[in-house]
Amino acid sequence: MILLPVLLPAAAAVIAFIIRAHLPRRILLVAVAGTHAALVGWLWLEPSRFPPLGAWMALDSLGALFLGITSLLFLVVSVYAVGFLRRESGSTSADPEEGFLFDNTPEALFTACLLGFLSTMTLVTVSRHFGLLWVAIEATTLVSAPLIHYHRHHRSLEATWKYILLCSVGIAVALLGTYFIAAAVPRGSGGITSLTFDRLIERASQLDVRWLKAGFLLLLVGYGTKMGLAPLHAWLPDAHSEAPPLVSALLSGALLNCAFLAILRILSVCAAAGLGPFGRQILLVFGLVSMAVAAGLIIGQGDYKRMLAYSSVEHMGILAVGIGLGGTGDWGALFHAVNHSLTKAALFLLAGNILAAYGTKKSADVEGALRRIPVTGALWIAGFFAILGAPPFGAFSSELAILRAAVSSGSWVVVVLYSLLLAAVFAGMIGVLVRMAQGGKPSAARAAGGLAADLPAATARRREPVLAVAAPTVLLALTGGLGIFVPGFLNRAIAQAAMLLGIS
Amino acid sequence: MEQPVLAVLQFCVALVLAPLVPGIVNRVKAVFAGRRGAPLLQTWYDIAKLLGKAAVYSRTTGWVFRAGPVVGLAGVIVALGVLPWAGSGALLSFDGDLILLAGLLGVMRFVTIIAALDTGSAFEGMGASREAWFSSLGEPALLLGLAAIARTRGSISLAGILGVTSFAPGSAGGAVILLVIGALFVVFLAENARIPVDDPNTHLELTMIHEVMVLDHGGVDFAYIQYGATLKLWVLGGLIMSLLVPRTGQWYLDIAAAIGGLAVVAIATGVVESIMARLRLVRVPQLLVAALAMSALGLALALMNNPPTAALNPPSAALNPPSVAR
Amino acid sequence: MTLWIESFLVLLMITSLWLLGSSRLLSCIAAVSVQGVLLAALPLLLGIDAPPWRLFLQAGVSLGLKGIAFPLLLLRAVRSVDARREMEPLVGYSLSLLIGVALLAGSLAAGVRMPLPAAGTPVLLVPAAMFTALTGLFVIVGRRSAIVQAMGYLAMENGIAAFGLAIAEQEPLLVEMGTLLDAFVAVFVMGITIFHINREFDHIDADRLSTLKDSP
Repeated sequence: MILLPVLLPAAAAVIAFIIRAHLPRRILLVAVAGTHAALVGWLWLEPSRFPPLGAWMALDSLGALFLGITSLLFLVVSVYAVGFLRRESGSTSADPEEGFLFDNTPEALFTACLLGFLSTMTLVTVSRHFGLLWVAIEATTLVSAPLIHYHRHHRSLEATWKYILLCSVGIAVALLGTYFIAAAVPRGSGGITSLTFDRLIERASQLDVRWLKAGFLLLLVGYGTKMGLAPLHAWLPDAHSEAPPLVSALLSGALLNCAFLAILRILSVCAAAGLGPFGRQILLVFGLVSMAVAAGLIIGQGDYKRMLAYSSVEHMGILAVGIGLGGTGDWGALFHAVNHSLTKAALFLLAGNILAAYGTKKSADVEGALRRIPVTGALWIAGFFAILGAPPFGAFSSELAILRAAVSSGSWVVVVLYSLLLAAVFAGMIGVLVRMAQGGKPSAARAAGGLAADLPAATARRREPVLAVAAPTVLLALTGGLGIFVPGFLNRAIAQAAMLLGIS
Repeated sequence: MEQPVLAVLQFCVALVLAPLVPGIVNRVKAVFAGRRGAPLLQTWYDIAKLLGKAAVYSRTTGWVFRAGPVVGLAGVIVALGVLPWAGSGALLSFDGDLILLAGLLGVMRFVTIIAALDTGSAFEGMGASREAWFSSLGEPALLLGLAAIARTRGSISLAGILGVTSFAPGSAGGAVILLVIGALFVVFLAENARIPVDDPNTHLELTMIHEVMVLDHGGVDFAYIQYGATLKLWVLGGLIMSLLVPRTGQWYLDIAAAIGGLAVVAIATGVVESIMARLRLVRVPQLLVAALAMSALGLALALMNNPPTAALNPPSAALNPPSVAR
Repeated sequence: MTLWIESFLVLLMITSLWLLGSSRLLSCIAAVSVQGVLLAALPLLLGIDAPPWRLFLQAGVSLGLKGIAFPLLLLRAVRSVDARREMEPLVGYSLSLLIGVALLAGSLAAGVRMPLPAAGTPVLLVPAAMFTALTGLFVIVGRRSAIVQAMGYLAMENGIAAFGLAIAEQEPLLVEMGTLLDAFVAVFVMGITIFHINREFDHIDADRLSTLKDSP
């Protein structure tokens, strides 16, 4: 029964690949997304209906939390995808920046990979065995590579190559880390089931500390590459800026979380073995470094999609800092994961709308969004405030919780760095936002260059397709709602998940 | 037969038979090329002919030019005296004599280089610089290889290293020995100016390394140089061969087996020369670094298998004057 | 049997050095395929506790994939790209070899210090595995050609698989299958991407894929 959320999208992927006509395929996409979301919802309400599959697969509260985010995100994105595919599929477009013509990947392959992506991410959340977890994350890398390469031109190919190479190296390092964990198991009691979370935590006191430490480091480096922690984040900005917006939304909103989940799993094993403080400290350092690198590269960033990508790096850093601090920080980090996913996905979808309307990725060339595409413009402002941690959005509460944990930990360095870096990012992004949303006359340079729209129509209102706007609206409304009121079940779920992380 | 007599016997046998090695190499090359080739004894005829000629000395040269061939020959003869190629003791044997071996070969190289530089000619200078560059890469390979086998065989004198009878490919030391033999073979080819490092048959000065350094020598000097080259082939080939050939303990069988082994090394050289072309000059350092890497790998393995003991016993004969025969 | 293992592992290390020092693409492919063959035979020599038919099956599959399929894929990529000429790497070949020797010394020093879980594993296995993985990583970082980077990735996978053999006790086969699957799919995907890269760019110089970057 627990295999159903994994196998359903996988089977649908195969079917989607075979179907010739576009409309049935799109219906299948949304239908499967809806069914998956319904299954996950049922899982939240009645977890006993989904018994574990041996020792290998089961859904605990941590997994359920991330599965919920993933499923919800996918549902919303799939609705957006229908509009996107209707517009882009099969057409030969002109590249806004360099002007050459390019094709897009065939829609069948794209849809199949999307569904496969959902399937593999579900597998990550339900797996209880380090080997299976590794296989699932490897599978997500392989399935998402064609998604990044949707627009077939050299820049996206470059981004895809970097993504494949860097993530594959990271996954190989993670494999070595998994082997190290296997080596930590005491002699004579090995066997393949010894790598399940439950048995490892059971026998935590017997594990060899040297192997465990080295294994943790390797797993952190390996899965940290997937998660986007600096300095292993080099694939992130390229992949996000070249991939179509809905793929970026899924990558930032769901995939990074899955890698985070993997790191949390090894952390809970380490915590059970007494290496909790060691692990958390390293995570703290990585988190602060990520925030610093992201802040440095956001200020003065000219491409708004890359800026969103660096913002993802920053928020992954915040998650790592939260976990690194422990206590309230655990709760804050998990809540932040929820908020960040919702907000970042919304922002990327809106960025897609802006790209479609303005035809440029440079933030300097985008002006007057509030006038031209008012709904998107308004949502864009809201989204920026959400991601920057302003009330009443959810990110405010989560970042505040992490700040409280920092203060209570007594380390003033962390408090100062954390606040400073958040402020730096705020300063860097807010200027860009104001110019993009407000701004007035189209710049003379853009009019003279004239690759995008023509001058008289430049300031006219553009039609905004409903599907393109509905998705971000829903997401931002959710995160706004979470900022004001955290529903009981969510609070309980997060608290339960935080308890699984062990004592700090 | 007693030790000192055996040592003198194998020394004299080497002195007499050394010019056979280039003969074998050339005959193998001729067979590959489908020719009849020169007679096996050709090198003796060449040396005898040269001994009867007079040398012409350029006015730009000094005493270094005249001393070069003599000192080089002296060096390699002493090196031959240090090497127990037939397994039954050498003329000169003491702990650490493998360093002396490398050093003597270095002396021979050095005097050749400075004699070449003494001519003041551009060609010799070019050959000298190439020789210096390549040997600076080859010498560490040689030394590390010697260190590796010394560590494996547990002795730092050549008599101790090359006198033992065991070589089992599957044993722990076997891998080390094989690696070192590979590295030493590359050094052998490099030091003796064989393909793929240098072509002994080339007529173009710009492509020569060893040949061009001795371009201006003639007559008796050139006879010394040719003879010294054959002795160097014997010394380095003997080193390689001794690592492989088993020792029976009977002196005549040992000497016969050793001569056979050297013939095999010569045939191998001939085969390598026939099937390969000479490497581009920029690739030669890569080849030598590869040999260095293999030697280093062998040394690392030898150190792993036989870690150095805490208290090093002082070499027993280090402070005593070297005995004539052990 | 165990006496030959040491020579075997030394051969494995030599193939890594071979990969480091060779400038011709075909030579690199040969090195990686020999490595694959050696690794396919390794479980048989280690005396692992499993029924013989499973061992032979695993060895056969491993040999087929690593010794035959991967080199063929790589050869196809080389031929389609038509890149026989050697590209000047970021780190020169002689320097690579010297760094390889340093990595070797490091792996030997560190590898013998790690406590081994199983009693009968040869001492050289962990250092050889670490060295191969490090060499693969170095090749990825230090070379320009995308095909050679893919080969470095294969070498890294080989090293990790060898390491898996060192520590997996009762179920080494699953471990091996995992790495095989990983390497197989990775090479497949990389092969396709390299094909696309060559079609787009007319070269496979990964160093020149630098359009996307943050201009300082």
